[in-house]
Amino acid sequence: MHSKQDKKLKILWFRGVTCNGNTHSFLNLPHLEQLLNRFEILYHPILESTLSLVEITKLKDKCDIFIFEGAYDPLMRRNEVLIGDIVTHYAKNAKHIIAAGSCASFGGIFKASAPQRNSGLIFNEDVEYGPLQSYKDRVINLSGCPIHPEWLSYVLGMILNKKEIEVDSLHRPIELYSNLAHHGCTRNEYFEWKVDADNFGEKEGCLFYKQGCRAPMTHSSCNKILWNNVSSKTRVGTPCFGCTEPNFPLTNLFSTKTNMSIPKDVPVGISKRSYLTLTGIAKTFYIKRLEGKLIDYKRDN
Amino acid sequence: MPKVTKEEKKTNIISAALKLFSEKGFYVTTIPDIAQKVGMSVGNFYNYFSSKDILAKELVMYISEYLGENIRLINEKDISTEKKIDEIVSMYFNMADNRPEMIEYFLRVYLSNREVFGNGCEGMICVSAFVTELMIFFDNGVSSGELQDQDFFSAFGLFMGYLGGMVFLFGEKILPEPLNSYKKSISTNIYNALKAR
Ligand code: SF4
Repeated sequence: MHSKQDKKLKILWFRGVTCNGNTHSFLNLPHLEQLLNRFEILYHPILESTLSLVEITKLKDKCDIFIFEGAYDPLMRRNEVLIGDIVTHYAKNAKHIIAAGSCASFGGIFKASAPQRNSGLIFNEDVEYGPLQSYKDRVINLSGCPIHPEWLSYVLGMILNKKEIEVDSLHRPIELYSNLAHHGCTRNEYFEWKVDADNFGEKEGCLFYKQGCRAPMTHSSCNKILWNNVSSKTRVGTPCFGCTEPNFPLTNLFSTKTNMSIPKDVPVGISKRSYLTLTGIAKTFYIKRLEGKLIDYKRDN
Repeated sequence: MPKVTKEEKKTNIISAALKLFSEKGFYVTTIPDIAQKVGMSVGNFYNYFSSKDILAKELVMYISEYLGENIRLINEKDISTEKKIDEIVSMYFNMADNRPEMIEYFLRVYLSNREVFGNGCEGMICVSAFVTELMIFFDNGVSSGELQDQDFFSAFGLFMGYLGGMVFLFGEKILPEPLNSYKKSISTNIYNALKAR
């Protein structure tokens, strides 16, 4: 006879080359306990688990949901077992495979440090590559450095409820990644009128022109599903670094790349010609309210 | 006689107005002068443009779009940036030869009577088609590694200020040779000044 515990879907969370940022981010999920109570944690490097690392590296067990965090390094071993063997063993038997974070999805930071060796599970940046090509239909990429806890919670919730998760060409759930990080930023009005923040950390002004903000080119819902239910990078004045995209990490993250003062990249799906036409005209107008501190303007007007 | 369409009539007014404004000056030229030159009544003229100021702004947009469209065709060619500079210079000088009133208007009316264009034609509003296309030109040149990355307006001024200056000297009959004979040396100078190093 099966106990209730046996009927729960089994999660196995495994680490490649990682800083553990995705684990730490996930621990901030407000309803973590309620969510995890609905699964059995077969193995997680930090959370209380049914099995130990030694047991799971014997490759005798199976899991329903295989979550991989970190870049894939083909030469890496855990408990003397080649990681390639571990990953393929669990992926082969799992119904769902989740790449947690940008390293597992596209290679991320740890691919940048060893570009010839490391990759994601099924992508090397945006090129199909990696150990799980044969199982790629089951792979869901949750890119982000780190992942947003709510995004993983969404995917696990969908799996629990036996719902289909539609993904984009990079295997990211479209419900989470059809938005741009720019959507919902409190600085949108400054973007419209092309008023920049001149200095790092300013409350007013858009970060697109000088501070390196990549949100208009980045698929993510950071400004819609807020971090810790409170805020986002751009809201507090840090530019979006484009961490959910396959080309992450870029360099010089705090400055905007330009060609003769013209932004090298423009918002997704908008031609540079259209964008520059609109920008040139918007920049013509001087809007006093947007040029200084909003509080000062309110006091004086 | 084939019927002249409304659009053609509008173009006729634009051509006539450009000529008169650039020859006689903006303030001296009146709407009856323009209407007479196109062969229409003053009343009918107002069906096309409701005031002289509005006509003045439309003329700037017309020139800007004409230039923008021609530079776009060059931008879209699969040729080096150096060659594109040659072609832009040629296009500009041909325009100065064949339709001198366009450049005259730009230099002598638009740039010299800012009060007319202050409201509704300020900044980039009326010249956006032309400036945008030059932005695309510079952006492509820097992306391909052929041009030096620098401030947009420094490069823009060097390119367009130079061409405008030459056409101005030509208009003042100061140049000893025809404009076209300077094409090669001017293109080379512009390229040398802007190229990556
Ligand atoms: S700061 Fe970034 S996210 Fe916010 S409005 Fe500007 S470009 Fe968009």
